[in-house]
Amino acid sequence: MPIGDPLDRVLSVDLSRRRASVERRPELFDEGLGGVGVGIRLLEEARVVGADPLDPENAVVLSVGPLVGHYPLASKTIALFKSPHTGTLGESHAGGRSAVSLRLAGYGAVVIRGASDRPVYLVIDAHGARFRDASALWGLRSSYTVGTVLRERERGSGHRSILRIGPAGERGVTYASVITETYRHFGRLGLGTIFGSKRLKGIVLIGNRTLPVADSSAYRRAYDEIFRAATTSDAMRKYHDLGTPMNVLPLNELGALPTRNLRTARFEGADAISGEAIAESLLGRRLACSHCPVACVHLAALRVPHPREPYFYKTLMLGYDYEPIYALGSLLGISDPGAMLRLIDEVEIQGLDAITTGGVLAWATEARERGIVTDKELDGVALAWGSSDGYVEAVRRLVDPPTDLYRALARGVEHAAGIYGGEEFALAFAGNEMSGYHTGPAIHWTHATGARHSHLDSAGYSVDQKAEGAAGPDEIVDGLIVEESWRQVLASLSVCFFARSIYSSDRIIEALAAIGRDESADRLERLGRETLARKVRFKFACGYDPTRVRIPGRILETETPHGRIDERAFRRAGPVCWPCFPRRHRGS
Amino acid sequence: MAKRLAVVDVDRCVGCQACMFACTRRSGLGGAATARIGVRSAGGMRKGFVVVVCRACPDPPCARVCPVDALVPRDGGGVRFSADACIGCGNCVSACPFGAAFWDAEANKPLICEYCGVCARYCAYDVLALEEVPDADR
Repeated sequence: MPIGDPLDRVLSVDLSRRRASVERRPELFDEGLGGVGVGIRLLEEARVVGADPLDPENAVVLSVGPLVGHYPLASKTIALFKSPHTGTLGESHAGGRSAVSLRLAGYGAVVIRGASDRPVYLVIDAHGARFRDASALWGLRSSYTVGTVLRERERGSGHRSILRIGPAGERGVTYASVITETYRHFGRLGLGTIFGSKRLKGIVLIGNRTLPVADSSAYRRAYDEIFRAATTSDAMRKYHDLGTPMNVLPLNELGALPTRNLRTARFEGADAISGEAIAESLLGRRLACSHCPVACVHLAALRVPHPREPYFYKTLMLGYDYEPIYALGSLLGISDPGAMLRLIDEVEIQGLDAITTGGVLAWATEARERGIVTDKELDGVALAWGSSDGYVEAVRRLVDPPTDLYRALARGVEHAAGIYGGEEFALAFAGNEMSGYHTGPAIHWTHATGARHSHLDSAGYSVDQKAEGAAGPDEIVDGLIVEESWRQVLASLSVCFFARSIYSSDRIIEALAAIGRDESADRLERLGRETLARKVRFKFACGYDPTRVRIPGRILETETPHGRIDERAFRRAGPVCWPCFPRRHRGS
Repeated sequence: MAKRLAVVDVDRCVGCQACMFACTRRSGLGGAATARIGVRSAGGMRKGFVVVVCRACPDPPCARVCPVDALVPRDGGGVRFSADACIGCGNCVSACPFGAAFWDAEANKPLICEYCGVCARYCAYDVLALEEVPDADR
């Protein structure tokens, strides 16, 4: 690190004692680079393996990498914690303004421990962390309001990020999100639930400083090359034009778009909820994360009439991405984009993870059809494919459960199916609901083996879509591990994965050299392998057993573009590789 | 010919702040703290953005309140700033109704636009442009 770079400053916050302190940890950032590489080390230091995820002992680590604030597309904050949803590794990446604000506040990482006795929010700036009373904010019905209040109450507009939870985080739904800048999320594994358990309603990160560079002309050169690639390359154009919803039509065409709880992988309503259709009729504006010229965030302007008054409308600006379209659209058989967007809005209001919420509702709909759950258990909500009003009602009940069934659903489909049955159509792996790709075996290996059971871990969907059937299962799985290892490097730099083709090893080395850090391709690769090994070790220590990961029968029954997945081959490739993770990929 | 910065269409702004980073890079630094341009949300991301630039006023109030002539009106509008003359009183910051006189807390001096147009070169959505001051405005 060049002299004067504040990346190695780690801010520790103890919510129980209301104390905060800063320590310089140069060795930590030398070894781990930043982001996930540093975060996993800090999580190990926090000794949370044996803790109940909702216990004050659980820690939240937020970290960023050295390229943040210097280069475009380095825009992610990495959150690490023990997940209340899976009981093992919780990892979530979010953009918005969070990464740049944290970096320019002068920190590389924040570690939050303990729990407050009453609701608080934190203000983190160059001077450290301050504790602000949030008791009046606790119980607010909408996550949007929390953002509005903090925005008006705190300073730093234009240089800040506002992280907050909605009702779901307060009420302990295990897949509650932390929302940042209204449209970005720390989703999936329950960071919002951890915030709630700590009575932490939000964090305002305020940062505005300069960062030193080692060689300013090399810096400008490296910058311009990355900026040009970001604004002109084909790789980024798809995110730029339609955003992630560009995936809907090609996946449907392939027969890989999970529909009605994956009873089929083609949706007759796909055209209506495609990126093209929504852009055509509803796209109102586009947004970007800080320091990202791509602006992949697409907002729909949805005109909603007053329930009684004629000629009275409100216009909502709602974010839509591929994942919510899959989970709250095709997976539930919803083909009316307006109805789907209103469901997305309710999920946002409550502060839930969209993918898991969709998975839970899809399972419950099928369970109702099969008579596994009754209308009484559903509190009279007649869940039916395509019927969005019922789904909106059910989402509210996940957060404020009137029955044991909703209480079970608030912990995910595996938990609910464990009680009520219907495990063969409970679409989750190791506790985490599956993503919107039924592209072939590789994506499901990703779901089954990825360190956080997320499609982004090793991107099997991409392997499936490129594969010509040439590679054997073991080869594919080995390829996934190489991909997942490399992604640890990107996540240590806290670069957006959408920019993975721009941030090649050579570019990374050049970009780092210009800001005063020497790296080699070997060292980066070693860092990736070692970071993945640490994450997997953390999971094993939490009790994760790869040989016991349940394979939902439904993914084997419903045909993929590669045909039906052969159960024996799938399971054989699995156990061959899973137990080997710690040994073969320990790093050196 | 004098040039000035124009916000061509603020409603196209995506809030990436590439302009702020570009301006800061002129001083050979990373980050955004020495930017002479500011982008912030107009009351949350749902509402769009406010882009603050020096509009190169024909009769600049910032120059009128400078007690030491560190800000001198420029032919064609706007000001030229002399950091050596500046005593860091901050009058200019209060005088600009747009908030376009930014503040460098480290140097204790204002950050004043030099109408170079680097920010516009990094605006991917044609929100910003460097334009020539038309004769009618001179």
